Amino acid sequence: MIRAFAILIALALPAAAQEESIVVGLSQSSVSITTDFVGSEILVYGAVRRDAPAPAEDPLEVIVTVEGPATPIIVRKKERRVGIWINRDKVRIGSAPTFYAIATTGALGDILSETEDLRHRITIPSVIRAIGISSEAEDAPQFVEALMRIRQAEGRYRVNEHAVDLDEQTLFRADVELPADLTEGDYRVRIFLTRDGRVVDTIDRTIFVRKAGLERFLYTMSREQSALYGLLSLALAVLAGWGASTIFRLIRP
Amino acid sequence: MQMYLPIAEVSINALLVLGLGGIVGFMSGMFGVGGGFLITPLLFFIGIPPAVAVATGANQVVASSVSGVLAQMKRKAVDFRMGMVLQAGGLIGSAIGIWVFARLAVLGQVDLFVQLSYVLFLGAIGAMMLQESIRALRRAKKPGAPIKRAHVHTWVHRLPFKMKFRASGLYISVLPPMMIGAGVGFLSAIMGVGGGFIMVPAMIYLLGMPTKVVVGTSLFQIIFVSAFTTLAHAMTSGTVDIMLALLLILGGVVGAQFGARIGVRLRAEQLRILLALLVIAVSVKVGTELVLTPKEPFSLQVMGAE
Repeated sequence: MIRAFAILIALALPAAAQEESIVVGLSQSSVSITTDFVGSEILVYGAVRRDAPAPAEDPLEVIVTVEGPATPIIVRKKERRVGIWINRDKVRIGSAPTFYAIATTGALGDILSETEDLRHRITIPSVIRAIGISSEAEDAPQFVEALMRIRQAEGRYRVNEHAVDLDEQTLFRADVELPADLTEGDYRVRIFLTRDGRVVDTIDRTIFVRKAGLERFLYTMSREQSALYGLLSLALAVLAGWGASTIFRLIRP
Repeated sequence: MQMYLPIAEVSINALLVLGLGGIVGFMSGMFGVGGGFLITPLLFFIGIPPAVAVATGANQVVASSVSGVLAQMKRKAVDFRMGMVLQAGGLIGSAIGIWVFARLAVLGQVDLFVQLSYVLFLGAIGAMMLQESIRALRRAKKPGAPIKRAHVHTWVHRLPFKMKFRASGLYISVLPPMMIGAGVGFLSAIMGVGGGFIMVPAMIYLLGMPTKVVVGTSLFQIIFVSAFTTLAHAMTSGTVDIMLALLLILGGVVGAQFGARIGVRLRAEQLRILLALLVIAVSVKVGTELVLTPKEPFSLQVMGAE
């Protein structure tokens, strides 16, 4: 009887430890890209809800990720051939996000175990899906590294460790900056609570990034009525050329 | 003043683009080149995706050429008939060029081919023009030196289908201009340029057209080539960014007017030396990029979502 009770407690304990869940809010759930769009800042804030007092052993950590729409990518490498640099090897990467930002309360290596990272695809290398690339080129991993390096330099991939504020192991907030060069699509926001490298709870939200107003109108037209759009571009060009020439003739006889 | 571009999906400084358009427009008005060979690399440089840069550059070239042609027409410096003949060849050439371009895109060697074309054609033509104009300038300084005969009869004059080009004062076969048109059309489809920098010297040296009608006629021809390119890009890849084009055009048309006015004041030889130097400069710039070890040997090509 006592033994059974002990087993019950043993089973219940980890469950109790996981009785921490996230309550989250976003400062905005949609971003409109208009002509004067210069980027946007999303505030991710929230709290940890507990049914029991917080376990004392390991501190709670928070990871916030924001992921833009993903596309396949070809990475090419230049090599010197007869004195000039030309594209030689290429690797096709199945899917890589156009934007990816991670903000954390601590160093990623300390607060997230590798297995959990693989399972939840949190860090940049695990988010990029590059399956079966080793057959495409020698030393295929360097192509993935190059992709990350280039995108990090462009500000499309960002890692901000210690950028999440966590108060009293309960309240957290993080500012995620969305750059001006934003691709339209659904941006997935994920928040992970970790303890000792394990993910305790996770929650998903979506930010809808859409072109609006004139941007929307022109983009849609260029896709759906491309001939009309092309003619409009030409008409604009001819009109501008003629207009400038006329105006100049009038002001400078 | 930042501005988000709907097709390029990047945010750029509007004043910077206006300025770029103005500079390129100035050159095109002065030299009678559409300016595509300048605008496309400049757009790459400020971070516009290459496909958008090529297509939008073509659209800007339409505007500056229209503006330039109107200025040249006032001076009766456009040979419309010659322009049409060049154009007929140009369409054939550009159709072939678009096909070759698609092949190269599959192989991932578009950049290389474009760069090599820039180096080879710009370099060769620039050097030829420079040499010839310096010689012409020297000759002009020494009066009494023998002047090259205006009409040297060669095999070109024995070809059939002769036509009178009154504005140019030529009576030649339509075959050479059509072939030149086709060659330029081919290159312009591949290099994403109007082809004026090739057309201008070809008209002077190969067809023997008088310099005063060359600029206007070249611009006239470029309008159609670049309009065709713009439309083709808009319909096949949707890469013409109308907002970017508008900024470039506003800067460009104004620049072209100033350029045309300055151009009139300069002597033809001086004009050609300047154009030759400009062409050589671009060629050298592109050439060094091919030879120097790149900072980043890797490049990304984003594929459409599947």
